[in-house]
Amino acid sequence: MLKNNNLLLLASAGALAFTASSFAQASTLDDTRDRGAVQCGVSDGLPGFSAPDDEGEWQGLDVDVCRAVAAAVFGDAEAVRYVSLNAVERFTALQSGEADVLSRNTTWTTTRDTTLGLNFTGVTFYDGIGFMIHSEMGIESAKELDGAAICVQSGTTTELNVADYFRANDMAFDPIVFDTSEQTVGGYEAGRCDVLTSDTSQLAALRIQLADPDDSMILPEIISKEPLGPVVRQGDDQWFNIVKWSLFAMLNAEEMGITSDNVDEMLDSEDPDIARLLGQDGNYGEGMGLSADWAYQIIKQVGNYGESFERNVGMGSPLEIERGINALWTEGGIQYAPPIR
Amino acid sequence: MTIREKMIEARPAPGLSIGPLAWLRANLFSGPVNSVFTLLGLYLLYVLLTPTIQWAFINADWIGTSRDDCSREGACWVFVNARLTQFIYGLYPRDELWRVNLVFASFAVLIAWLAIPRLPFKRWIAVVTLLVFPVVAYVLLYGGYFGLRLVETHRWGGLMLTLILAVVGMVAALPIGILLALGRRSEMPIVKSFSVVFIEFWRGVPLITILFMASVMLPLFLPTGVSVDRLVRALIGITLFQSAYMAEVIRGGLQAIPRGQEEAAAALGMGYWQRMGLIVLPQALKMMIPGIVNTFISLFKDTTLVMIIGLFDLLGIVQAALSDSRWLGFALEGYVFAAFMFWIFCFSMSRYSQYLEKKLHTGHKK
Repeated sequence: MLKNNNLLLLASAGALAFTASSFAQASTLDDTRDRGAVQCGVSDGLPGFSAPDDEGEWQGLDVDVCRAVAAAVFGDAEAVRYVSLNAVERFTALQSGEADVLSRNTTWTTTRDTTLGLNFTGVTFYDGIGFMIHSEMGIESAKELDGAAICVQSGTTTELNVADYFRANDMAFDPIVFDTSEQTVGGYEAGRCDVLTSDTSQLAALRIQLADPDDSMILPEIISKEPLGPVVRQGDDQWFNIVKWSLFAMLNAEEMGITSDNVDEMLDSEDPDIARLLGQDGNYGEGMGLSADWAYQIIKQVGNYGESFERNVGMGSPLEIERGINALWTEGGIQYAPPIR
Repeated sequence: MTIREKMIEARPAPGLSIGPLAWLRANLFSGPVNSVFTLLGLYLLYVLLTPTIQWAFINADWIGTSRDDCSREGACWVFVNARLTQFIYGLYPRDELWRVNLVFASFAVLIAWLAIPRLPFKRWIAVVTLLVFPVVAYVLLYGGYFGLRLVETHRWGGLMLTLILAVVGMVAALPIGILLALGRRSEMPIVKSFSVVFIEFWRGVPLITILFMASVMLPLFLPTGVSVDRLVRALIGITLFQSAYMAEVIRGGLQAIPRGQEEAAAALGMGYWQRMGLIVLPQALKMMIPGIVNTFISLFKDTTLVMIIGLFDLLGIVQAALSDSRWLGFALEGYVFAAFMFWIFCFSMSRYSQYLEKKLHTGHKK
């Protein structure tokens, strides 16, 4: 009997496969090429940003960043190895090389950018505290909220930010404080307050779960700064550039009106900006170790920023988040990408 | 004096002493207090069950593919239906599911063979199950050999992952636990103190801490370029943790065997391993079945903790599905489904252990 058990132990040890993968001391790009896939750290489930769909494929705004990088590197947006990470382990996973890009609704702050050995590559979504109101209130701006009863979760920065905002705008409000997010929504649904406040991206997800979503609307104002963006390890500037310019390519494409549908026609465009972006004039991928059609592949397979936004969190998705400050700088928002030249 | 020539016809028992009425009277209405409690209980059942049944069955939606097919008056099982493949196989590629099915099916056949008493070749099947099957299962699930596509562990998930974690944990923890239990009772100081320290350390730390260490701290200690698959990390953590618990359960069993048994075996000239393997352990393990199964069941449920290190076990994949913006707001259905699946597995384990106890029952049972 004991003999059998010893064998059994051996057998199970054999079943535990140690996979040692080597990565990047010198070049993340080379290792990524060797591996054949971009290792992308995403959230283990955040509506509109990263979640597996019915077919088991990851979808979301954060996921599209991973796909864009893969399209730029391999010309294949599906060459991604998703690593689902929770809030605690996300930076460790990036530092230890388990992920090469972290695209997981991570707020860009000084501490994170300067002390963790990481670099933020841009902003995919300008999040921040917003307000959801019962539509029947009939107001259109947060500036009209004077005297409103506001449901807020206790002990969060939201509480402080809301207080600051109302004081700064010389308005009064009546805070109704709850312990958990569920209770806060419950209080709002039960009519204990006129306004529910939280991060805009969260509000949109909470709204769908209300008994009647159409009775509530989200005001356009965002009153605090929560810029969410992709993160890479410090020390590999080439990789940093690839991730950074993958996002810039999507933003530039939207600005130039290039979409995944018309990108093939745009190849013949006379516009010098478009020709440079799509690799018809000069090779702007070379500096990053990529091919000349890197941006073309991103736009063709993932789409421009606007398409990705609409598909995942915007009006084309159940979340129905307005573009707001996430619109391009040409359309009243603050999304802006340096030119390609 | 009269003499009866014929036997008196047997009369039926009084109406209220047999049959369902009598049962009701004896068990539910045997006095005013009990009657009140019975009625109260019935009322509570009615109050609780009616809305539950209404929600789960009568008003529920069963057919469809998207949230528009849900009336929202009752449960929307459309959600579970649409996600069922994912709940079972995780993110495993859809065209490779036959590999998982093959592993599941062969495992079920092997286990059934071992569990059904009449079937022959038990010894050989046991060897196959313990030695050949893990290798075959690994090759099939992970791939990379014989032209099978490589499916990395981050695509594994759902019920499949839960079963892998639980089965590997159980199969590995039992022998390690036995060795540790024997070690702790040993008279060799090094072996004994190693076992004591091992058991007390792993038993004194919450499983969630171990998983967190394995997932967050371990990668920082490893040299750059070396990374251990996170599923393997979780498996090692769970196995070490469970073997410490198992060791204590088994030690309890060992202590219940009278010292005379071992001494008698020694008197027959048996060595240590023979004494343990042939005399002490068979008796101890039989007594420990409830304890061992208890540990197995708690291990099965503990596997849900891997969710916090980003592995999608059954509960994790349900939660991930809940955050798909197309299916927001179906949390209750998802959790009810997960609970039901866990219940089925834990209940079957519990029934099998009861059967095993009966079968091996030789006079210890009270």
